[in-house]
Formats: sequence, structure tokens, C-alpha cells
Amino acid sequence: MMFEPELEGMGQEELEQLQLERLQSTLTRVSRNVPFYRKKFEELGLDPYDFTSLDDVRELPLTTRQDLRDNAPYGLFAVPLREVVRLQTSSGFSGGTTVFGYTLSDIRKWSRLTARVLAAGGAGKEDVVHVAHAYGLSTMAFGMHYGAETLGATVVPVSSGNARRQVGIILDYRATALACIPSYALFLADLMDEMGVNRNALPLRWGLFSGEVWSEDTRRTIQERLNITATDNYGVSEIMGPGVAGECLERRGMHVQEDHFLAEIIDPQTLQPVPAGQMGELVLTTLTKEALPMVRFRTGDLTRLIPDPCSCGRTFTRMERIQGRSDDMLIIQGINVYPERIKAILAETHHVQPNHLIVVDRHGGLDTAKLLVEADMVEPDQIKTQQRFIERTRQQLAMELGLVFDVQLVERQTITELETGIGRVVDRRNP
Amino acid sequence: MLVLKNVDVFYGRVHAIRRVSLHVHQGEVVALIGGNGAGKTTLLTTISGLLRAKGGGLTFEGREITRERPERIVAAGISQVPERRLVFKPMSVEDNLLLGAYQRYSLKNKAAIRKDIQEIYEMFPVLGQRKDQPAGNLSGGEQQMLAIGRALMAKPRMLLLDEPGMGLAPALSQMIFRHVAELRDVFGLTVLLVEQNAKSALKIADRGYVLETGRIILQGPSEELLLNRDVQRAYLGRDVEVE
Repeated sequence: MMFEPELEGMGQEELEQLQLERLQSTLTRVSRNVPFYRKKFEELGLDPYDFTSLDDVRELPLTTRQDLRDNAPYGLFAVPLREVVRLQTSSGFSGGTTVFGYTLSDIRKWSRLTARVLAAGGAGKEDVVHVAHAYGLSTMAFGMHYGAETLGATVVPVSSGNARRQVGIILDYRATALACIPSYALFLADLMDEMGVNRNALPLRWGLFSGEVWSEDTRRTIQERLNITATDNYGVSEIMGPGVAGECLERRGMHVQEDHFLAEIIDPQTLQPVPAGQMGELVLTTLTKEALPMVRFRTGDLTRLIPDPCSCGRTFTRMERIQGRSDDMLIIQGINVYPERIKAILAETHHVQPNHLIVVDRHGGLDTAKLLVEADMVEPDQIKTQQRFIERTRQQLAMELGLVFDVQLVERQTITELETGIGRVVDRRNP
Repeated sequence: MLVLKNVDVFYGRVHAIRRVSLHVHQGEVVALIGGNGAGKTTLLTTISGLLRAKGGGLTFEGREITRERPERIVAAGISQVPERRLVFKPMSVEDNLLLGAYQRYSLKNKAAIRKDIQEIYEMFPVLGQRKDQPAGNLSGGEQQMLAIGRALMAKPRMLLLDEPGMGLAPALSQMIFRHVAELRDVFGLTVLLVEQNAKSALKIADRGYVLETGRIILQGPSEELLLNRDVQRAYLGRDVEVE
């Protein structure tokens, strides 16, 4: 089912006209209202009014997460704060560094786009949608929540945590759709086995998963174990949150909502567009966002665009499931974590820069994060000092990243020997 | 139905319309809103061919009309209702309507034209009641009805309406807007509507474009634009002027 069939199935020519109109008005607004873009355009000698075709977008400068941090909190907003009705942030960033704003109309558009994603993944008016993303500053829970309401479905805003209760709610409320990160679905499946829940008695029919890299194998496992149809969907908070792209029931790539976002794939090294259909970094330009329009935002996510038409009737191009990151960002339990940030947190907390190693693993479908820190700066015979160090590090990481690390102290010189991954990271998970 | 791509228009040396792209689908009412001097009328006049685009292209039902003469554009199915109504005041109401059918006037069309006039009297009964009076005797609202009726006599598929509510009492202006919605809903007519009164226009329109100093700064479904502050400001701008 399509939520907005007249839009999701529009012809190519019509789509290009609409994209051009929206790109032109977006560029007009950012060059008038966002000094950062006005300056960038001036430096590059670009007049946004010279843009007469969609291909011209390649001339425009790229926007990075660093640009957002440099202009935090509100520097890239294209409307005054009094017109912003909502602030969110991306998971994993330390408090207050980057902020994403929405006008009333942005929230409305967001709701319709996530409604499209839910409908594409099989959900409809009759469904009871169990949202097990964490409600809070990150965009995933609210996005799926609004989408489900806009679709006319019934939302259960369970949020994350307390998994046993979640299983109870799924059974008691007869939830028919589950929205969460894929590894959490596996974790729930394990728990259901442990609790002796009969898979065939599960009311669930649809699974809408996003927030981390997962594989076809994982999809098969989830589908089998929860007896559901599992679809992949994609969002990026800087752009909007969930609702950017979502799979239809064909489950062969996610339809990008091209009437609201312009998608390009670039080579993350040369920053040039890759030939059609090739793998590279996804770059998105918002076409309708009012509060925080983004021009050629580098998502850091690796994927490719699938040019062939889809048999579901949607005309929007599809992107393959995310294959990984073009930078060193880790996604742990659906939370974005930069190793650089952990280094900084250690330095801020203890005023030293110890050698350290991040070890990410997956047990029973759930990610675990371990931080090994070389203990040359604490007295080895002072157990209390060591414990305080561990506790403070744990607390600081949990507070700033929203992620609980198992912090361990190791002897000097051990980390260089252990270090096998890139930089200070060992990722033992298989997607 | 109507597609504009990167249209540039100059008024002498003034770059009045800059790289404007917009489209209107069959059966839609699309509102073009913006303050005084934003270029709304200029854009409308360019579509009807009275002004020439310096750059970019216009197509109507897939056919290029960028360099077409105004009378050919009327024949192609686009009729404009000019701002401030501009009816021929000394002429009778009925003669004004007949003039609207000038393009297709011939002996064999005579009966058809008669029938069309009757239809317009049904839609605007007051015009029928006063058909023999000079148009100049009509009230502002009635003159607006006459101007719309006259444009309809050319049997257009698309109507360009320039500020139909201008200078009318609010109740009258609401009535005109209701008639515009009726043209779409009952007769399937496509309408591009220029208006400073953003609120009234967006209430009946399907979509809208916001023009500011010759450029489109916003566009989208009417219900979304109504939530936007820039649009609200444009609307307030008009109120201030009226006062």
C-alpha cells in the first residue's frame, strides 16, 4: 500500500520539475537566511540563481557534521528560533553540540514521510505499532511515532529498555508491527525463547528496522524467529530522521523520498560523483525542510543507488541497505559513537590521554561495548583509585553518549599489542 | 498542464522575474502569493504572452508557448482575468461577455456562444438581471464576476486570475473565491491565481508558490504554506495596506 500514491508513483519528468522547483527555492532561502551558506557560495563564486538544472547541484559545496558542530547550536537554521517548534539531536553526540530544528510544517512533512515508510513496509490503519526506539533527543522514536499516527495506526510508545515488559506488552496489547533497531528485535526473540513464548502465537506481522547496519542473513533470522515481514528503512537526523528512505514489500532496496530529498553518491576520497549504480557515500540535499535545510550533506553512510524500476509501482529510486561508514563512526546499540569523542571524554574527565581501545561485540543479538584503558596513570596498588577512575569514566561515557561501557584497566603496553582494528577500535560484530 | 522552467523576465532594465520554475496540474487551483512588487502580475502577464520571457521556457499541455503571441495563447486555452477587473465600462454586460468570445466568433458558433452566455448567467444570476446595463454601473464585485465570465467565454482550459479579491468587501471577496473553487470542482477548470491575500487564496487552492522580489522562496501544498510564517507575514502585509 502506498500512503501517497499520487506522489510516490509520479512520473520522472514531473519529479524532475518538482525537484528543480524545490531545489531553487531551497537555495534561495539558504543564501538569504543562512550566513554560513551565503559565505560559502560567495567564496566559491557561486550564484545560486544560476542553477537551472538538477545536475548543477554538483557545483555546490558539501556540508559536513563538522560544519554543524562549528555552527552549533543554531547557526545553520534558516528561520528564527521562534518559528522552530521542536529541537532534536543525533544519538551519541555529547549534550548540546549539535541541534536539529523543525518548524510546524517540517513536523507535518516528517510525519507524512514516516507514514509512507510504514505503509511501504506493510503497516496500515489496522495495525498496532510498538515503537521500541528510545524516546528522547534522538529522532527515531518520534519519527516512527508520528508516522504511525498519521497513517491512522495505533501507537504504543514503549521506548527502549525493560525488555521483559516489552514482550509482555507485545502479547497483551496484540502489537502487530514492531519498530526498533534490528539487533533489538533479535534480543527480544532470544528473550521470548527464554520466556517460553510460542512464536506462532505472536501477534506481530511487520518489522520496521533502522538505525544500524544489518545484513540479509539477519533479516532472514528475524523474519523466521519473530514470524514477521522485516523491512529496512533509513533516516539521518541531520536531514530529518527516519522517513528519508524505506523498503517496500519487495525488500530489494529502500525507496528514497525523492520529492523531499535529492540523493547523490560520491567517492568519499575524491568527493566526485561515482558512476551510476556504484557504491559510495550517500549525500543528501533537503528540498522542503524549512528550519534546517541541508545542502549536499555528507551522511557518511556507504550505499549505492539502484536505477532499475521497482515492481511495487513506486517510481522513486532505491538505495541499497547501508554497507558501512565512510568515516570511523561506530553504531553501537543504534547510537552513533565517534572514537575521537571517547578520546576527548577521557581527556576531559581525567586530564590525561591514556592509550585505550574500544572493543565492540555482539552477544545474543545485543551490542556490547568495552573500553580498555592503559593504567599507567593510576597507582596499581590503589584499588580504590582505580575503581573511582573506572566509575567516573563509565558515568561520563553513559552521560555523554547514552551508552554503557564495560570499562577495564589494563597494564601499560598491552593495547598496542591488542590493537587489530582501525585506530583504537576492534569491532567483532558481523552485520 | 502548465510548466515554467527557469523563466527570466525584465521590465526595461529591472530583472523582475528570476529563474522561476513552477507547474500547474490539470484541474488544480494554484495560488501565487507575495507582497507588492514581488512580480506576481509580471509572471501572469508573461504566461499570457503580453510580456516576453528573456530566458527559460514555458510549455502548456506539452506545447512550447515561450514565444507565442498572446492571441495564440488564448486560442491554446489560457485566458487571463486582469487585475482591477478592467471591464469595458460603457458597453453593456452582455456585449462585454460577447467580446470574450471574440476569438471563436463565427456564424456557425453563434448558437454555442448564446448557450455559453446563458450558462454564465446561471452561474452569476446578477449578470443576467443586469445584462443590458452598462458594465460601469455594476458594483466592484459584479464587475469581477463579469471579468471572470468574459474570460470564460473564450472556453479556456486554464484561467489566470489576477487579484480577484482586490478592493472588494471581505464578504464579496469570499464569494468570488467560492466561485473560483466552483470553477475547478464543477467545471474542471485549471486556475492559476495571483493574490496578496494569502489566506483566502490558500484556503481554496491546492498548492501555492510564494514569490519574493522575483524569486520563489517557498512552495508546497496549501495546508503546509498556511503554517508558514513568511506566508503569514505576506498576509499581514496586505492587512496593513488595507488599513
